[in-house]
Amino acid sequence: MALCSFLTLDSLITDPLTHEFMRKALLISSLVAAVCGFLSSYLTLKGWALMGDAVSHSVMPGVVVAYALGLPFSFGAFIFGVGSVALIGFIKQKSRVKEDTVIGLVFTGFFALGIVLVSKIKSNIDLHSILFGSPLGISLSDVKQTIFISFLVVILLSVFRKDLMLYCFDPRHAKTVGINVFFLHYLLLTCLSLAAVVGLQSVGIILVVAMLITPGATAYLLTDKFDNMTIISVFSAITSSLIGIYVSFWFDLETGGSIVLAQTFIFLFAFLFAPRYGIFKLKKIFAG
Amino acid sequence: METTNYQNFRIDAENICVDYNGKVALYDANLKLKPGQICGLVGMNGAGKTTFFNALTGFVNISKGKIRINGESVRAAQKDQSIAYVPQNEGIDSQFPINVWDVVMMGRYGSMNIFRCPRESDVQAVKDAIERVDLTDHLSTPIGNLSGGQRKRTFLARAIAQRASILLLDEPFSGVDIRTEKLISELFIQFKNEGKTILLSTHDMIHVREFCDLVLLINKTVVAYGEMSEVFTPENITTTFGGISPDFLFGPES
Repeated sequence: MALCSFLTLDSLITDPLTHEFMRKALLISSLVAAVCGFLSSYLTLKGWALMGDAVSHSVMPGVVVAYALGLPFSFGAFIFGVGSVALIGFIKQKSRVKEDTVIGLVFTGFFALGIVLVSKIKSNIDLHSILFGSPLGISLSDVKQTIFISFLVVILLSVFRKDLMLYCFDPRHAKTVGINVFFLHYLLLTCLSLAAVVGLQSVGIILVVAMLITPGATAYLLTDKFDNMTIISVFSAITSSLIGIYVSFWFDLETGGSIVLAQTFIFLFAFLFAPRYGIFKLKKIFAG
Repeated sequence: METTNYQNFRIDAENICVDYNGKVALYDANLKLKPGQICGLVGMNGAGKTTFFNALTGFVNISKGKIRINGESVRAAQKDQSIAYVPQNEGIDSQFPINVWDVVMMGRYGSMNIFRCPRESDVQAVKDAIERVDLTDHLSTPIGNLSGGQRKRTFLARAIAQRASILLLDEPFSGVDIRTEKLISELFIQFKNEGKTILLSTHDMIHVREFCDLVLLINKTVVAYGEMSEVFTPENITTTFGGISPDFLFGPES
């Protein structure tokens, strides 16, 4: 779409909404962003960025196999997401190889398996949409799955909000007062796998980790309260999705990449101008 | 239960062993502590002090031996909120976006419902605890903006709010100001009178001398246990610290 075909700012915003695929993309991407943004505060505080990267890449073979068998793709993705974590834990415990190395080799192995499977299994799998996301071409059954998983994750995170915060902050205390730390660990991993599954709808497998860490990192620079961090994280994630989709529509760009770039720019803005933790500390400048 | 002999021991650890993936961190360790006793846990880095704490809180499983807390299993003690753990300042992420009030409220989580909604009594317990450590002016201060001493007091308040009968303190005096040290020592006297039992780890003999009734010297296992005067023999010190002379450890004045 050429930019010059739009004459006013108003039509820049409203015209895309006349297309059904745009309305669907904006809605689904916002929902996905909200879920990933919510989880993002926990992952960044827990230091699980690399884990997020690993899980999101590892779901690849699951997606391919599920498509080939006609199962919901989220089912296959979930199995492989959780499986990768279990395998990482197992290899780490049974060998002398360091954890980050194990994480790196497990997820690249899974990812490679996925790519090989795509080339072998004859089906209508669109490798490009799995790798880079295709919020503009999302099918109705995928919409339903995404909505269902999103609500599931939001409910789980909401119910165990405080316990998960305690788990990230001081797991030893959690254990000492009789809270089931083992359960919380796997709850967070489950939510991570599910969020990766819905996130790949929006930005694809390669970039989904950005949805899981950038909003949290941005929010972390802007507040000292956990609840506010979650709100800012969700808000910045949704904003970037909307900006990304519009920009990709106006300039005919890859949508997933545009969404993640928008997140990166918001992070950079916070990095430079955050009132307390930014490089230029905007508050001081305003105060004189 | 009043008549059974659990009243005699708050902590009763018998021959406990802990190993991580086959590597022995602690073996055949024994400890018996009664209500109102303050015991110093002394040993070098890697001697198993943290492992001992972890075993008592149930954070690691013991591979051998038996632990009774107030006459119950560790699991039951967790459910009863019997043990509070006060971490080392280095053991926590001071940049975590959380304020003093919320940290202290975490002391109440174990006795709240699943949504962790504070009741009136929880709010009161947190208020009282914060008052006792003299941080009422800092209720909504993020922990990242506190001094080392104030942060230590925040976690002490969490233990107080938890109303635990046993307090485990990891290096309570490291990196704290004189005011905090004085406040901690006053609290110790109050805890003692309330019948709480305290186990604290430290590498500073002066603090052991000042605050503790009993000393447990460990080096992978218990080297010696008892009152200060009996325990601090040159041989025990050598075994605990691997040959470093007591003069060096105690400073020239002792």
